Amino acid sequence: MSAPDRALERVLAPFGRRAARVLERRVYGAYVVLRCADPDGPRPQAGQFYMLAATAWGGGDGERPFLPRAFSVLRSGVAHEREFLIEDVGPGTHRLCQLEPGDDLLLVGPLGVGFAAPADGRRPLLVGGGVGIAPLAIWQDELGGASALLGFRDAARAEGARLLADAQVATDDGSVGHRGLVTDLLRDQLDRDAHAAVYACGPPAMLESVRVLCQQLQTPAQLALESGMACGFGACFGCVVPTRHGYVRLCVDGPVLDASELETALVAGAGH
Amino acid sequence: MTADPAAPPPIPTELCGIELAHPIINASGTFDAIAARRVFGDTLTRRFPFAAFVSKTVTVAPREGNPPPRLWETPAGLINSIGLPNKGLRRYLAEDLPELAALPVPLIVNVMGFTREEVAELVSAFSERDEVAALELNVSCPNVETGLVMGADPGEVSALLARVRPLTEKPLIVKLTPNATDVVAVARAAKDAGASAVSLINTIRGMALDPKSGRPWLGGTTGGVSGPAVRAVALAQVHAVAGAVDIPLIAMGGVQRGRDALDLILAGATAVAVGTESFRDPAAGTRISDELAALAANSDLSRDRTSLNC
Repeated sequence: MSAPDRALERVLAPFGRRAARVLERRVYGAYVVLRCADPDGPRPQAGQFYMLAATAWGGGDGERPFLPRAFSVLRSGVAHEREFLIEDVGPGTHRLCQLEPGDDLLLVGPLGVGFAAPADGRRPLLVGGGVGIAPLAIWQDELGGASALLGFRDAARAEGARLLADAQVATDDGSVGHRGLVTDLLRDQLDRDAHAAVYACGPPAMLESVRVLCQQLQTPAQLALESGMACGFGACFGCVVPTRHGYVRLCVDGPVLDASELETALVAGAGH
Repeated sequence: MTADPAAPPPIPTELCGIELAHPIINASGTFDAIAARRVFGDTLTRRFPFAAFVSKTVTVAPREGNPPPRLWETPAGLINSIGLPNKGLRRYLAEDLPELAALPVPLIVNVMGFTREEVAELVSAFSERDEVAALELNVSCPNVETGLVMGADPGEVSALLARVRPLTEKPLIVKLTPNATDVVAVARAAKDAGASAVSLINTIRGMALDPKSGRPWLGGTTGGVSGPAVRAVALAQVHAVAGAVDIPLIAMGGVQRGRDALDLILAGATAVAVGTESFRDPAAGTRISDELAALAANSDLSRDRTSLNC
């Protein structure tokens, strides 16, 4: 996909941090979905993200968290509601996973640039890994349906596949679906479909496999990457990833990048 | 969001002859007004959170910055190893300066050179531009000709000011590094050589190890610690420098609330900069200014403070 295809207008964020009331907390195996009310925020693009914090922040493991955490929006089905998918992997996500209905989520967003529509005649194919399936759910909603290939570590995480429609699943331990990698499923799919446009989000190693495979088969691919971020709006310069044109800030120039811009999707420090 | 009509008005401040609507500005390198405008649109300009905008450091040559990872969260703070990425003097003058001049507040440009001649080139170039209200000298880097960190050595600071002070009539602010044996001696040297003001503290050198590999986490090996974790260090250094020099101080280090800003003002600061807190909330500067005004309205300590320092 050429660069102009990615030059879509971003949805602007209201200036400043605002409180969003948690309406619902649902558990999907190892994951928590928080649904919250965001009456002052615009409807985001699929692939845009928010910086999230709880009102009780700090004082956890290692006297953290201190900074907000970046999350792609999972779903925005009702105009003023947002859903986020969270896995408890550290002091920030731990605190977010403990939120209950009635608590406030502090958020800044929507941020970044999301997915762009496939070129004419291309059939969208969604490829997700772990908690990285989040932006693919809202994109599947907006596309009005798309095939999804999702990979998870184990059965508890594979519960997340219920968040997308008609997903083919792979698990590392074979407890659900194909035993092996989601990129095994992708290779099979691309062998049968020469007109796919791939949209992928997941851990760095998965994204790198997707990038290499799509490059070999000359399949266009947009990758939603992850990097440690302090701010989410271009202030800290902390979230850079190397591209063919030098470093770019993932928060303002991503998090979705065209795979052809990257020499690698193995971003140092991501997925940590 | 909207200002409370009953809230005390912001405290007007004069910094080296520059009129500021309130004492809260940003710390260099912690807010990119051009990127923020792409994200937040025109609201950013209408509700600009700082009374002056301090640019990220500009160098003569373009810099890509340090390899990632560039960030590590600490207890109540952050280590950054960004490496001063910037497009270099020529493109900054052509592309960024006109855009920043459209901000509704005075512009302070932060510059850094690896030799005195480089700093002189930067100061001369910005001195000619009416958009620039003042210059801040980042001296937290080694002079490649002497091997000494400019801001850690009083002699280096004297020699630097002797070279660049005659080049501009604009205020010259020296950004002091806390990674010096005697910060007060450096501040005195800056003042004696003609600095208009000093700003402090810059970040404190720190590092983190990758818990998986045991090797340095940051691409630049070490970085600078900021955030509430350094607030007490900042207060002590501001207090010490304020007692030794009679030029204005711009104080910063872990400011999150009006209370923190007031502490630094009581220690002798004229203006207070917010850095890391803006990462958590881009509008933090406005909130801190409002909180400061409310505290000052209930205190008899604040109203004539600018006359103490300017």
